[in-house]
Amino acid sequence: MLNALPTLKETPSQTAGPYVHIGLTPGLEGMGGSNVPDLGSGPINAGNGQPITIAGCIFDGSAAPVGDAVVELWQADADGTHAEGWGRTAGAADGSFRFETIKPGRVLGPDGQPMAPHLTLWIVARGINVGLHTRLYFDDEGEANATDFILNRIMDSRRRKTLIAARSEVEGRPTYSLDIRLQGENETVFFDI
Amino acid sequence: MIPLPGEDGALYQRDRTWHPPANTPGYKSTTFRAPKHPPLSLAQTRSELTGPTFGHGSLGPLDNDLIHNFSAEGGEAIGQRLIVYGQVLDENARPVRGTLVEFWQANAGGRYRHKREGYVAALDPNFGGCGRAITDDNGYYHFRTIKPGAYPWPNGGNDWRPAHIHFSVFGHAFAQRLITQMYFEGDPMIWQDPIALSIPDRAAVEQLIARLDRQNTTPMDSLAYRFDIVLRGRRSTLFENRSEGN
Repeated sequence: MLNALPTLKETPSQTAGPYVHIGLTPGLEGMGGSNVPDLGSGPINAGNGQPITIAGCIFDGSAAPVGDAVVELWQADADGTHAEGWGRTAGAADGSFRFETIKPGRVLGPDGQPMAPHLTLWIVARGINVGLHTRLYFDDEGEANATDFILNRIMDSRRRKTLIAARSEVEGRPTYSLDIRLQGENETVFFDI
Repeated sequence: MIPLPGEDGALYQRDRTWHPPANTPGYKSTTFRAPKHPPLSLAQTRSELTGPTFGHGSLGPLDNDLIHNFSAEGGEAIGQRLIVYGQVLDENARPVRGTLVEFWQANAGGRYRHKREGYVAALDPNFGGCGRAITDDNGYYHFRTIKPGAYPWPNGGNDWRPAHIHFSVFGHAFAQRLITQMYFEGDPMIWQDPIALSIPDRAAVEQLIARLDRQNTTPMDSLAYRFDIVLRGRRSTLFENRSEGN
């Protein structure tokens, strides 16, 4: 047909449901079978760089921990290229999650300038109808964060801090901590990407 | 947005009216888990336009055979035997090749193999309920399984989920990441399900209903259902001296 435009609609999202762990982290759930080891488990293969830990906890709008989530991470290597920087973890019953990775480099932003180092996080769980995309920035990158195109798009500057993880050292290893709040006070900024 | 030289085209904006809204009161779990702020639109960068890749080395030999991938040697899962297959496409109707598709489901009685599952239906010792496949050069995936049962869940006083299979799909950009559920043609329970009905548009719900495919049934063995999945498409990069084939 002449002048036909693309007609397909994206398949609508549905919640991952309460049993998403058996689908996406089956080894952890003792599912056995052939689906082991779990994809995305273990240290993230993001090339050479400074090894870091990402740790956080997910809370709902009543401040209850979200104990049935799956969190995925996607990031650049230390040189700012995206290759294999993917990880996936089952949120624990207390809402916590963690990744062992390396600190990412800088990626060009929409304005052609380097963005501050960041990770992309994607969260699914029971009660989440469409997977939630957010970012994690680093609080020891203050200068880069101040000029980051995306952080500056957040008009309410008070909300920017919901994306900035706090550095500490745990047994000599830099650990960046950031809690994810799905709703309510200090609700995390989620992106329509 | 200033296009990045040499970058692929950006993905089409996601039509949020086609997806369920974050808070759908009929599905009570969304009440405290739905963000109240609208998601912030973000011009796409390589952080969104790239994504992980998975080779066939990521798969085990029985990953697309749920009848056998948990069973004891010589055993088979109990239930209506099915072949579920379909094509993963983008909104431009182009096949999405080499992408990971994961699936999980209840057994024939409607019981999940999960520690917090509370339904009295029996576990099937030969059925785990999860698998995965990678799409071929035409974007097709397929797997063998048994038809999951409907099951009750603690939402309303007496809510039952229609038979369904959960799907997770990657695509080639992290912004294409999608989780959804497949339903079965002709099931009246779809239209009383608070989760299916979290999608406002009936035509969008119908996109989740797999068709019985009598032509591809295996005689004396398995029925076949077709479930195509559409991921977000990319804008053409017509003005960037790149041939994108469209």
